[in-house]
Amino acid sequence: MDLQGVHYSLGSRRIFAGVDIRVERGSITAVMGPSGTGKTTLLRLITGQIRADAGEVRVFGRDVGTLSTAELYAMRRRMGMLFQNGALLTDLDVFENVAFPVREHHRLPEDVLRRLVLMKLHAVGLRGAARLQPAELSGGMARRVALARAIVMDPEVLIYDEPFVGLDPISMGVVVRLIRELNDALGITSIVVSHDVPEVGSIADRAYLLAEGRVVAAGSAAELRESTVPAVRQFMEGAPDGPVPFHYPAAPYPDELLAEVTP
Amino acid sequence: MSASRGVLAPLQSVFTVLARIGSVALFLLRVLAACGPALARPRLIAHQVYNSGGRSLIIIMLCGLFVGMALGLQGYNLLARFGSQSALGVAATLGLLKELGPVITALLFAGRAGTSLTSEIGLMRATDQLTAMQMMAVDPMRRVVAPRFLGGVIAMPLLASIFNVLGIFGAQFVGVYVMGVDRGTFWSQTQGAVDLRDVTDGLIKSFSFGVACSLLAVYEGFHAKPTAEGVGLATTRTVVASSVLTLIINYMLTAAFL
Repeated sequence: MDLQGVHYSLGSRRIFAGVDIRVERGSITAVMGPSGTGKTTLLRLITGQIRADAGEVRVFGRDVGTLSTAELYAMRRRMGMLFQNGALLTDLDVFENVAFPVREHHRLPEDVLRRLVLMKLHAVGLRGAARLQPAELSGGMARRVALARAIVMDPEVLIYDEPFVGLDPISMGVVVRLIRELNDALGITSIVVSHDVPEVGSIADRAYLLAEGRVVAAGSAAELRESTVPAVRQFMEGAPDGPVPFHYPAAPYPDELLAEVTP
Repeated sequence: MSASRGVLAPLQSVFTVLARIGSVALFLLRVLAACGPALARPRLIAHQVYNSGGRSLIIIMLCGLFVGMALGLQGYNLLARFGSQSALGVAATLGLLKELGPVITALLFAGRAGTSLTSEIGLMRATDQLTAMQMMAVDPMRRVVAPRFLGGVIAMPLLASIFNVLGIFGAQFVGVYVMGVDRGTFWSQTQGAVDLRDVTDGLIKSFSFGVACSLLAVYEGFHAKPTAEGVGLATTRTVVASSVLTLIINYMLTAAFL
């Protein structure tokens, strides 16, 4: 998977101004950056939900921007995606959620399907929750069910959108371990979009840091920690002020305080 | 500036309405294109017939009964002025079959089933479920929208028919047991005056209302802003637009059938 010189703007707001990212087969690649830098937009580009204004997004050797809807759907059948909130289908129970992609795309005998689903649920530790409704799950459990659903079709690429947000430490540890294990055991290529520095550092083979529409740093987690680039330092250390300013752009404070109030 | 805005404002709202009609029409084409593949999975559609129709059944029956009973009272009083109480059966049955049954059922459907379709699809969008389907290479138009649309289209004539049966029963109950119309006269007059065309006219009407109400409900849900406020607004728009469109279509079909 390869992104070269990707430009993308939403209305007048420029989100990417020449992003280059390379994802090696079988690796875990992390894309990090402060909120609002377009991490989720990047995933939408990779999965073909939106098209780049300029540059190339190559997935499985083909430019996503040139694919027809049918080709796009064919490409997505080789991918799994974990959404931030799980995005489980609320009218189906856990078992049926995991079975959903299989039922939609294949005709498997019911007992084969059952074993397949139980196997995937077992892998994420939730075989016992098969008959629960999505509303009965905790945030961490919902994400694990979504993970089981994402791997049920044995994808070649797994995409994680903020997999660690809003999880308690135990659930976080479980998800971190699952991402690593699934990657190694199934030989999946993983892309993790996140801003959780320690978690990403512990599993990513290579990390990219996005800021202001560009990749400002790339390398292993250790290399990023050693970086002297101010934007990288601020992000890795969580400093409130720096290249990413604390204040949203505004008129000078004294001017605004002394300005005449117009009703 | 305010003067130009004053002139442009009505024009702009006309354009907004026209753009919306166009957008709904294009959406209808997309839904129809998705209906073919959806028909290959009758279980999904049957489930939606139950969701839209089965769950509206109680209120439809209750309303049908009471509308019929009111019709029995009013009809009797009106006909008694001309000494033709014996025509109560005909008046009530024709009124229900051709007008009240299809129209009131459609209005109730918009309020009960239409709103739940809109909010369900709107919330599916707000919680990324539709995007998740697309990511699993499943087309939400085929999997979510088309079965719900077809479910509504099938359910509406069935509901209207049940409404009519209960309504006629209600009118007969009031006419015969409360007001003292002869039961045999009630039924024989009705049998003599009502022909198949009256029934099919009503069915065509409720089929059309089914298409209109279901289409607007899935359209509003599919295009709802993915926020709590957006889904709420979409639900309101479904009720308002479906009700108005139902009454407009009703007039046009009534004129066409004469």
